[in-house]
Amino acid sequence: MTRESFSWDVQIGDRPLDVGVVYHRAEAPANGAVVLMSGMVRQETQGRAVQCLDYQAYQPMAEQQLRYLIERCQQQVPEIQRAVIHHRLGRLFVGELSVLVAVGSPHRAAAFEACRFLIDRLKLEVPIWKKEIWGDGTARWAGVDVAFQS
Amino acid sequence: MEIRVRLFAAFQEVLGTDALPMDWQPGLRAIDVFSWVCEKHPELAPWQPHLRFAVNYEFVPPEHSLAAGDEVALIPPVSGG
Repeated sequence: MTRESFSWDVQIGDRPLDVGVVYHRAEAPANGAVVLMSGMVRQETQGRAVQCLDYQAYQPMAEQQLRYLIERCQQQVPEIQRAVIHHRLGRLFVGELSVLVAVGSPHRAAAFEACRFLIDRLKLEVPIWKKEIWGDGTARWAGVDVAFQS
Repeated sequence: MEIRVRLFAAFQEVLGTDALPMDWQPGLRAIDVFSWVCEKHPELAPWQPHLRFAVNYEFVPPEHSLAAGDEVALIPPVSGG
């Protein structure tokens, strides 16, 4: 039996996300656990009804930043075997998946820790934006509460 | 000589494009790109405390000196996930 090395997969695009594909890419013979986190469009934000979200990315930079995040994650949690991040762009309606993060590891603690690290840092550091379009037709770029946003 | 300026989110909507060229001269800094954009669109000025800069896909401080041919992005607060 050969000892497998760490591998990763990052994708950002317009196509619907597939939980099965992401899970499958996190599989490895050395795994004892896969943790998969899915994010989807919620029906309300800050008490207001959401109609849809428009996602856009600075795609080459976002992909590079995701690769950096995975490198940092592997240094922090070296036990992990697989890290997979797929993010969707474009207009998404309530219930549609916007992001999938999966981590495979010999033990669950490392997989949970790494998965949480990746989604938490993604939300802070990766150049992807969403515009919240509310039920009454008004809209706002998420991420900053500032009065000057029209 | 020029640099390429990339715009996203509110910046892209206000300027009506996701990229535009800007004249480059020695000493030009990332923050100067924001000032240049705000000269034409002063309504964007309040974003300054929330803005980050990237050059050739890497985050840089506002004082970072630009080279001709750089791709400079104005990065408002991100909200992926």
